[in-house]
Amino acid sequence: MERWRHPVCPADPLDISLLHDDFETALPKSKMKFLAIACFLCASIVVPPVARAGTLDKVKARGMLICSVTESTPGFAAPNDKGVYVGLDADMCRAVAAAVLNDANKVTFKISTTANRFTWLQSGEVDLMSRVTTFSMARNTTVGVDFPAILYFDGQGFMVRKSAKIKSVNDLNGATVCLQSGTTTELNAADYFRAHGMKYEPVTFQRPDEALHAYEEGRCDTYTNDVSSLWALKLKLKIAGDHLVLPEIISKEPLAPGVRQGDFQWSNIVRWSLYAMLTAEELGVNSKNVDQMKASANAEIRRFLGVDGDLGQSMGLTGDWAYRIIKQVGNYAEIYDRDLGKGSALGIDRGLNALWKDGGIQYAPPIR
Amino acid sequence: MDAPRPAPVLHTGFAGWVHQNLFAGPVDTLLTLSGMGLLWLLVPPIADYLFIDAFWTGSNATACSGRTAFCWPFLNVRLTQFIYGTYPLEERWRVNLAAVQGVLFALPLVYAGPKFRKPLMLALFIYWPISTALLLTGGLIGLTPVPTNLWGGFMVTLVVALFGIGVSLPLGIALALARLSDLPAIRWLSVGLIEIIRGVPLITILFMASLMLPIFLPNGMSVDGLLRVLVGFSLFAAAYMAEIIRGGLSALPPGQAEAAKALGLGYWHTMGLILLPQALRMVLPNIVNTFIALFKDTTLVMIVGIMDLLGVVQAANSDPNWAGPNTQPTGYVFLGMVFWLSCYLMSRLSARMERQFNQNQRTR
Amino acid sequence: MRVLAMTPKPVSFWNDPKRRGMAFQVMATFAIVTFLGLAVKNAVDNLTARGIASGFDFLGQRAGFAIVQHLIAYDENARYIDAFWVGLINTGVVSILSIMLASILGLVVGLGRLSRNWLIARLALAYVELLRNVPLLLLILIVYFMGLRPLPGPRQSLHLGDLIFLNNRGLFLPQPVFDAAAPVPIFLTLVCTVVIIALLRWTWLQRIDQGRAPAWIWWAFSGLAAAPLAGFALAGFPVHLDMPALTGFNFTGGVVVIPELVAMVLALGLFGGAFIAEIIRAGILSVAHGQLEAAAALGLHRNLQMRLVFLPQATRVIIPPLTSEYLNLIKNSSLAAAIAYPDLVQVFAGTVLNQTGQAVEIIAITMLVYLVISVGLAGLMSFINRVPKLRSA
Repeated sequence: MERWRHPVCPADPLDISLLHDDFETALPKSKMKFLAIACFLCASIVVPPVARAGTLDKVKARGMLICSVTESTPGFAAPNDKGVYVGLDADMCRAVAAAVLNDANKVTFKISTTANRFTWLQSGEVDLMSRVTTFSMARNTTVGVDFPAILYFDGQGFMVRKSAKIKSVNDLNGATVCLQSGTTTELNAADYFRAHGMKYEPVTFQRPDEALHAYEEGRCDTYTNDVSSLWALKLKLKIAGDHLVLPEIISKEPLAPGVRQGDFQWSNIVRWSLYAMLTAEELGVNSKNVDQMKASANAEIRRFLGVDGDLGQSMGLTGDWAYRIIKQVGNYAEIYDRDLGKGSALGIDRGLNALWKDGGIQYAPPIR
Repeated sequence: MDAPRPAPVLHTGFAGWVHQNLFAGPVDTLLTLSGMGLLWLLVPPIADYLFIDAFWTGSNATACSGRTAFCWPFLNVRLTQFIYGTYPLEERWRVNLAAVQGVLFALPLVYAGPKFRKPLMLALFIYWPISTALLLTGGLIGLTPVPTNLWGGFMVTLVVALFGIGVSLPLGIALALARLSDLPAIRWLSVGLIEIIRGVPLITILFMASLMLPIFLPNGMSVDGLLRVLVGFSLFAAAYMAEIIRGGLSALPPGQAEAAKALGLGYWHTMGLILLPQALRMVLPNIVNTFIALFKDTTLVMIVGIMDLLGVVQAANSDPNWAGPNTQPTGYVFLGMVFWLSCYLMSRLSARMERQFNQNQRTR
Repeated sequence: MRVLAMTPKPVSFWNDPKRRGMAFQVMATFAIVTFLGLAVKNAVDNLTARGIASGFDFLGQRAGFAIVQHLIAYDENARYIDAFWVGLINTGVVSILSIMLASILGLVVGLGRLSRNWLIARLALAYVELLRNVPLLLLILIVYFMGLRPLPGPRQSLHLGDLIFLNNRGLFLPQPVFDAAAPVPIFLTLVCTVVIIALLRWTWLQRIDQGRAPAWIWWAFSGLAAAPLAGFALAGFPVHLDMPALTGFNFTGGVVVIPELVAMVLALGLFGGAFIAEIIRAGILSVAHGQLEAAAALGLHRNLQMRLVFLPQATRVIIPPLTSEYLNLIKNSSLAAAIAYPDLVQVFAGTVLNQTGQAVEIIAITMLVYLVISVGLAGLMSFINRVPKLRSA
């Protein structure tokens, strides 16, 4: 049924010929006819629907994981000079791809905006949202997003010009604040200033680039965002040294990957892919020593790497799922270091994101 | 006897022209002087900015610092990205091939005589869109598939504009015919669609296409992100096109339709052979104006996250390696020049086509 | 004829235009209704399957975010519906201001295009060609970011005495504040204005009818103009100015015009002006030269030639395209989304949509609002166009 495929539409990974039969039998002929006319009118020829299948089967059939990331937030997801997406969010996607498809590079990154991130996930446009998104109750319960685990513990902070001689958030009474619309940041700022009896003027942009530009041009006294993003965006300023990230953090911003609610298997895979990276760090397993570690006598490590037992099968994966993640992507310390930490241009301390035994709050439940 | 009066010197030659057109009276003189003042205020700084003071060499932001001027190196380094976005380097020949084909078919059409027009039209309107789609997306014809999220830059701007224009013309004709139809249900459906689309801003239609379409589709069905925007954009274009074509059709003298009927022509023959050709020729300038407006409106797709030319330039503006006071203005001025030139050329082209069509009409 | 009528040939279903048309209509309606029905069903299925809230209850919930420019009372404790009204009013403000600027620019440039002065005509042409061929969104970004750059910070504000301040936070103007006694003289002013307008019309009719207006009319006008002043004086000028003053980061007090509003108005005005200039030029050129000559031959004064002969004909040509240009400006004000001007799209279809996630309801409301504005304004303008009644017959 070639007429369903539009010339401009790229070859979709979904197997069209196979799925189309479903579509034909699923609808009576008359409806088919009108649908054909309607679609023709709209000049839009759409990929036919799949039977309601689990995300895992969908991804496996397609051989590709579709992951939504930010436009460009250095450290989380931004194209490097070769056009490859790098960052913590991007590595989260790669870890899932390594676990499911045995190839960390089988990820299609889709750039989503704050406006379309949830709808894209809800509509099945993407399999995984890994997009500096704060895990909050309303998003969980009314927007229908499931957040399997927390990738990065962040908090909202403020960036100011050094010349303004501002030392603390409490000096910001009456300030003009540049921020991005549709974020928890917008609400937190409102709550914070109110709670502290301070006045402020919000200048709300749709995209982070314009908000940053406006701050830089002097439209605002301060630019507010998650602290990690502030550090990252600071690099985009003309003279990064002229600006300062204030020490206070005014909110909890646990950034987490998101999946559709209701698909427990898929949710589990994402959760344990993330915990696998944390567990590996805890066990001292990394991408360089993982092959030797397979021979380790430590029962915990053997179980983790799938040498003993077969925990992966309970999620519909193979036993060496965690091995693949560590081998192809690395453990949490490795990805943190190259994306955000010392090995990156950002140089952000582990802080809250250190393992629990190192004074942080990153804590993976036992893999057993 | 009066002595013969001298010839009015001031009405001939350069001096005469100047006197008549610039200094005909006190008010005129004042206007001319203030106009000259305005030019004096505007032209030298612009020339300074673009050429005299401009930075010409270098490969990073340090090459463009110290004074306010156009940063050609930035443009130089980023130009390929502005054209292709993140389309894979080794596949860019496909974009070039598609573009060359388009120019090869389109240019002769403007100059060719009526004899060659038909095969050229067929090539341009049937072969070219299909081959371009196959080339750019790959996949079907054995080329490496390039997903649309890698497309970007001027290429996407052209895809959106040409797709919008290509779809809006036939769809616009269909809507216009429906609106002029004798069948009330058809007419009202068409009126409803046209007026709703024309009554809302393009941006809300794009929001609708990019945010809401997934909600209205059956579970699991998905449409490519770029294609969604293309559909929204062409629907918008078609509604405006329909009104222009309807204007042309209703401006035709009723005798034309009556004569066609008298000859025994049916509805489709009357429309296709008699009325539409005349109506389209009559409204050609308006159609081109709409095309120009559409071309400019393609920039709005940036707001729904498609990396068109404006989107790519905006992204480049915030590249840390080019962080400097001259980067952003350079990007904007470049954008302004590209769009201005494209639109200006389109309007010249339309003037030419108009003349040509009218010529044909006269000789016939 | 009779033979034909007596032996009606059996016409097959598809060859009978009436029945064919009927069938076609039924099919089309059925198709559209089913299409819409399916879309709605899908939406309901999708929303319930994914636990997304729906309905319009969210409008009554606390918004929790601030908006920089609000002409009605609004704070973080206001509801989403209040945010909607703030956005709508802001759209109105930017639309009206840019329509005014575009009309003035358009008139000046349109007349300039027809000037006999070569330089002025060329400059006007250059303006039109330059502005018409640039995307509006680009123009907005350029005006905003390039305009913001040279402006000083609040402490180095450009100022006009201690009254008006200009910096990169906006333009700060003193605000007249009315005291308790003010409503009476204000009401008086309104009444006098209405009476003056009515009198002007009456005078005009008198002139046409009698050739001249009664002499006492000038006394009446003077009296009506003086009355409000006297009223204010009697009430002890119950108005004072709230002055902008620098406190901390920024100016407080007075009225602030935010830079985003200025950028939107400038960009929309410059852009619209180019199109309106061409509309006005076409309107002027559409009046046949003989019309004015004929009016002159009838001995009409230059003023009356303009008012009675030229303008009615020109406006008839100008108003329809001008209306659609005004509508374009209103719709284009939605591009405020690109910079931080809090219009309807930015506040409601942007922030509120993101906070609530209820895309369907919010986009539907937004589209409906623009649709109502469009239809309403189009109706109003076609009414205005019917006033100078002049039939071509």
